[in-house]
Amino acid sequence: MLVLPALIGLAFLVLPLLGLLVRAPWSTLGTRLARPEILDALRLSLLSATLATLLCLLVGVPLAWVLARVDFPGRRLVRALVTVPLVLPPVVGGVALLLALGRNGLVGRWLDRWFGLTLPFTTAGVVLAEAFVALPFLVISVEGAVRAADLRYEDAAATLGASRWTTFRRVTLPLIAPGVGAGAVLCWARALGEFGATITFAGNFPGRTQTMPLAVYLALENDPQAAIVLSLVLLAVSVVVLAGLRGRWVL
Amino acid sequence: MRSRRTGLRTASITALTAALAAGCGDVKEGPGAKAATRTVVVFAAASLTESFTALGRTFESGHPGARVKFNFGGSSALAQQIDQGAPADVFAAASPATMKQVTDAGRASTPRVFARNRLEIAVPKSASATVTSLNDLTNPKVKVVLCAPQVPCGAAALKALKSAGLTVRPVSQEQDVKAALTKVRLNEADAALVYRTDVKAAAGQVRGVDFPEAAQAVNDYPIAALTKAPQPGLAGDFVRSVLSPQGRATLRQAGFEQP
Amino acid sequence: MGVVIDAHLVVRRGAFTLDLALTAAPGEVVALLGPNGAGKTTALRALAGLTPLSEGHLHVDGEPWHDRPAERRAVGVVFQDLLLFPHLSALENVAFGPRCQGVRRREARRLAAEWLDRVGLADQAARRPRTLSGGQAQRVALARALAVRPRLLLLDEPLSALDAHTRLTVRAGLRRHLAAFDGVAVLVTHDALDAMALADRLVVIEDGAVVQEGTPAHVARHPRTDYVARLVGLNLYRGTARGHSVALPGDTVTFNAAEALDGEVFLAFPPSAVALFRTRPDGSPRNLWEATVGGIEPHADQIRIHLEGPVPAAADVTPAALAELRLTEGDRVWAAVKAAETHAYPA
Repeated sequence: MLVLPALIGLAFLVLPLLGLLVRAPWSTLGTRLARPEILDALRLSLLSATLATLLCLLVGVPLAWVLARVDFPGRRLVRALVTVPLVLPPVVGGVALLLALGRNGLVGRWLDRWFGLTLPFTTAGVVLAEAFVALPFLVISVEGAVRAADLRYEDAAATLGASRWTTFRRVTLPLIAPGVGAGAVLCWARALGEFGATITFAGNFPGRTQTMPLAVYLALENDPQAAIVLSLVLLAVSVVVLAGLRGRWVL
Repeated sequence: MRSRRTGLRTASITALTAALAAGCGDVKEGPGAKAATRTVVVFAAASLTESFTALGRTFESGHPGARVKFNFGGSSALAQQIDQGAPADVFAAASPATMKQVTDAGRASTPRVFARNRLEIAVPKSASATVTSLNDLTNPKVKVVLCAPQVPCGAAALKALKSAGLTVRPVSQEQDVKAALTKVRLNEADAALVYRTDVKAAAGQVRGVDFPEAAQAVNDYPIAALTKAPQPGLAGDFVRSVLSPQGRATLRQAGFEQP
Repeated sequence: MGVVIDAHLVVRRGAFTLDLALTAAPGEVVALLGPNGAGKTTALRALAGLTPLSEGHLHVDGEPWHDRPAERRAVGVVFQDLLLFPHLSALENVAFGPRCQGVRRREARRLAAEWLDRVGLADQAARRPRTLSGGQAQRVALARALAVRPRLLLLDEPLSALDAHTRLTVRAGLRRHLAAFDGVAVLVTHDALDAMALADRLVVIEDGAVVQEGTPAHVARHPRTDYVARLVGLNLYRGTARGHSVALPGDTVTFNAAEALDGEVFLAFPPSAVALFRTRPDGSPRNLWEATVGGIEPHADQIRIHLEGPVPAAADVTPAALAELRLTEGDRVWAAVKAAETHAYPA
C-alpha cells in the first residue's frame, strides 16, 4: 500500500537531480571546475553557511530553551514569530533585513552612525541573511529536543548542587545534543542553499558576497551549462556533508 | 516589483529543469478581457513592464475580442523559456544578444529594433550632489551598484565605463536592473547605473544623472513574432502596434529613445 | 546531638494535601511507608527542595531550609529511576556533585573514585550508566548522593527496580552505608520488608497524612490501618475490650486476647494462627466463627485461604491440611484462632 506512493515520492525528489546529471557538460567539467570564481563562490558558501550555523546555535539554542521551558505571556505569539522566516519569501526577508539593518534601517542607521558599520554588501551581511532564514530550522528542532528531554535529570542535577546554568551546560545540553546536531545540520543545509535573502540584503559580488546559489543564478543568465556545473558542485558538497553528519547526529 | 523578481527566479529554475516552462512568472492580463476571446501571449523584458502594459490596453481596445497576456522577466530567462517551448506569440528583448538566442534556435526570424534605452546614473532623491558625472563613481567613498555583467544592463554599464576609460569597484553586481535600482531607492547604495526608463519609473525616489558616455552603450530592444506562435495573426498585429507611431509615443513617454 | 530535621511539610496540589510532621535525630533512618498516591514522593521532593511547600517549615541542623532552592540544600537523593546522567561515566556522575560544590576537577575525581571504591565499583569507574547492571547502577546512584556529603539523604524506592536476588545483596550493602551515615536518611518505600530491614523508624502515610509511626517491630505487631495490617501480614479488627474479652462490632464474634484492656481496641492475629474445620469443633465458642471460602492461593510454602463473612480473615494452612479439608471456593468452614496469638492494643 505504501510502497507505490513512497516510490513516487522518491522519484519526484531524484528525477530533477537526474536531469542535472544527464545534462551536465561532463567533457568540459574539469576545466570549468578549476575556474577561480567557482572556487571563490564555494569557499564563501561554506564559510558563510558555517558561520551562520554558529550564529544560529549561539542565539537559537537559548531561544529554543526559553520557548520550551519558560512559561511567559505571549509565548505562542513568539513561537509563531520564530517560524516567520519559514513562510516569508526569502526576498522579502532580505528587504526586511535591509529595512532593519541597512544603512538607513531601524537599527542599521545607528550601527552606521556610532560604529561606522554597514552590513549590506559585506560577507557579514551574507551570514546574517543566511542565519535569518535558517534560524527557524534550528529553533524548531532544538525546542522539540528540549521538550522531549527528561526534566528529572535536571532535578537530579539540582539536588547535586548544580546552578541552573551548570545544569543547562552539563546536563540539559548533552541530553539534547542529538536534537541540536540535527537542527544545526538542517540549519547549515538551508544556509548553504540560501539565495533570495542573500542577494537582496548582501548583494552580489564575487569573492565577497557571491555564494554558490547566486553564482548559479547569474550563470543561468548566459551560460546554463556553467549553472549546471555549479549546481553539481553545491549538490556534491552538501550530500557529502549531510550524509556524514546525519549518520552521527540524526540516526 | 518584488513579486516579479521572485517569479523571475522561479522561471529560471523552471527553465533549468526543462519542465513546465509555461505559466510561471508573472502574467498580467489586460482589463476588460472577455471570456472566449483570442489571447496573444507576449514575453517582454522587465524594463518594458510599464510601457507594454499601457500598449496592451491600447491594443485590446483596437482589437475587439483580443486579449494580451504578458510575461515580464529577465530577457535571458525569457529566451530560455521560449527555447524550452513556452507557448508565446511575441518576444520583446532588452538586448540583441538575447534575441539572438531565440533566432538561433529558429524560434523567431527578422526581429526589429523598436526602442533604445540609455543608461543613467540613479542616485537617491535626497542625496546631496556628490555624484554628477560618471567619473564620480570611481570615488571609493561612493557605494556603487552595477548590474551583473551577465545581464544586459551590466554589459551596457561595462561598455560605457570602458569607453570612458574608468574602473569602478561596485559593492554589488545585482541580478537585474530593478534590483540595482532598489538598492538606491532604499538608500543602501549611493549610485547605480541603470536605464533611463527605470529612473523615470521610480521618479519619486531616485534622481537620474545623465552622462555623455551613455551614448557609447545604448541598448537596442528588438521585437519579433515567434515562428511557433499559437496566434500568428495577432502576434504580427501586436508587433506592428508596437512599431506604430502611437506605440512609439508610449515608449517615448516611458523614457525610451527611437531607434 | 539532638534533632537534625524538624519539618512540617504542607503541600497542596488540587484536591490532594500532604500534611506531614517529621523530626529525626542524627544517624536515624526513617522510612516513609504508604500506598501509591499517599504522598510519599511528594514529601521526599519537598525535603529535597524540588517541590515548594505550600505551608509549614523545614529546619535542618537548626537552619531554615524551606526557602532554599534544591541546589543550596545539603541533600543527597537516590531517585527511583536513579537518573544517572547517561552521557557521563560512573566516575563523572559521582564527581558531578563535588564539582558543583566548587571542588577542583582532579580532587573531585579522586573523591568520586573513593566513593566508587566504597560501594565496590572501583573497577567500573569508566563505564556509562546504561552498560551497568541494575545493582551496579543503584550503587553508583548511592555513591553520587553520598559524595556531596549531605546532611539529609533521601532515597525514593531505592530497591524497587531490582530483581529479587539483586535486591537482597543491594539491600545488605545499603544497610551498611546507612549505618555509617551520620545525617538523617529518609527512605520512601511501599515495600514492608525494605522498610523493616533498613529503617529505625517507620512513618506510615495514607492520603497525605500520617496514620502510624513507630519502630518497625512495634508497627509490625500493632498495625492500626488495614493497609499496614496487609503490609505486615496480620488480620486486623476493631472491637471493644472488657478484660481479656474483645467483642467485634455487632457482637458477631467474641475473642479472647492475650492482653487485658478496657474500651476501644485493635485486635490482630497472623493468618498462621487460624485453624479451619469442616464441622463445628467442640469447646469454647470464643475465637470461633463460621465463614465462606472466598479464595485459595499459594503463599510461600503455605496455602492462603481468604475467608468471607462477618469476620473476613486470611488463614494460612499447609497443603496437606488443605487436601484433608478438601476445600473449594464457596465452601462453608469454621475458623478458630488461638488466644495466645491474638493481640489486643488500644485504638
